[in-house]
Amino acid sequence: MTLYLKRLPKIEYLEPESVNEACLLLRQYNGEAKVIAGGTDLLIQMKNRALTPKYLINLKKISGLGEIIYSDTNGLRIGSAVKLRAIESSPLVKEKFTALFEAACNMASIQIRNLATIGGNLCNALPSADTAPPLLALDAKLKLIGVDGERIVPIKDFFKGPGETVLNSSEILTEIQIDEPPSFSGSTYIKYTLRNAMDLARVGVAVFIKLNPSDGKCEDVRIALSACAPTPIRVEKTEKVLIGSSLTDETIAEASEVACDESECRIDSFRVPVDYREELIKVLTKRAIRNTVKTIGGTS
Amino acid sequence: MKKVIELKVNGEIFELDVDPRRTLLEVLREQLSLTGTHKGCDEGECGACTVLMDGSPVNSCLVLAMDADGKNITTIEGLADGDHLHPIQTAFVEHAGIQCGFCTPGMILTAKALLDENPEPTTEEIKKGIAGNLCRCTGYTQIIESISAASKNYSKEGE
Repeated sequence: MTLYLKRLPKIEYLEPESVNEACLLLRQYNGEAKVIAGGTDLLIQMKNRALTPKYLINLKKISGLGEIIYSDTNGLRIGSAVKLRAIESSPLVKEKFTALFEAACNMASIQIRNLATIGGNLCNALPSADTAPPLLALDAKLKLIGVDGERIVPIKDFFKGPGETVLNSSEILTEIQIDEPPSFSGSTYIKYTLRNAMDLARVGVAVFIKLNPSDGKCEDVRIALSACAPTPIRVEKTEKVLIGSSLTDETIAEASEVACDESECRIDSFRVPVDYREELIKVLTKRAIRNTVKTIGGTS
Repeated sequence: MKKVIELKVNGEIFELDVDPRRTLLEVLREQLSLTGTHKGCDEGECGACTVLMDGSPVNSCLVLAMDADGKNITTIEGLADGDHLHPIQTAFVEHAGIQCGFCTPGMILTAKALLDENPEPTTEEIKKGIAGNLCRCTGYTQIIESISAASKNYSKEGE
């Protein structure tokens, strides 16, 4: 909890022009450097002295990190330094990757969204990170580049704990990759907050569903939660309840109970008491499933 | 180690020697004496420090001055033309959108960016647009009315 903010501590500001240069700087200043894109999380952590890197490595001058590229064969590639505002303003993301659009729309404020990046949200790795459940539901893959080369990590395997990811000390997240969604599919994200704006999610639920066009049954589903566990999580037991089903009220209700069991919040948190959170998970999972189905054209 | 940056503020170019740890807010207030931009929370939650950077509202308390190098910055001082108020400023005066005035510069700049992009916002769109600007005095009603009034006959260049 922030008690007192100071002016930023002394830093050196490094501005590499390539990812490789940035990774080498991370290795060179091992432990004393942090990358910075939007800075909306990092600068606050530095002002309250939770973090005091001596070197900041600016990612904003590296070309390619700030682009959204789409093709119906390769799907969507979002550079890690793409601003939340750009995601919110993209008709393409709104139409085809709706859950991610809905997450971006409701994060912080316009002022923050004009600075903050999707990569920063993921790498800061709060349990309540709003871009995470949509990307989990959309089965995104993350491209990480370090001094030893690059690797693709499914987002399911990216988060290790609150504030912790699998990034090693010289690695940078460069790109988020989402496959072209199949036809007769849709996604939504519901972020439950106590305030109308400027609030962290108390519970967030993202759902992706693909329906069979001939009988309206659920062919594929992915559900992810934020703020319900030490990290954003997929709830795969819940998904198994729904796959192959006709998505009746009973099945959806059963799924919501399983989702509540699968989440890992057994203690009252500062923000939400356990029983309220459990109730929220059930209600929002049902709501998100129904809302997603409504967005899919054809039988339901 | 200080670096030289070029800031374009309200149409004027300043060449400044800045310590990399300085935020844009600090440079505007302390090196350029443009104290219309206010430090409220210093952590991007209140919006009192809002300025327009290349036309988009940002919290200047979370922008490193070095990142503002070469960008077009608009502060509240850049809105009026001498004694001639910007239409949004006039609307705030006429519709009681100002009490203590602390949130006002940030609020007006956010409103300007909102109207530049959406000249006829609904009340809901206005509320969403100013969600990042807190006001402890007015209860927001008159602020929303001011922005709504300003949106009648709004043109981006300012009347």
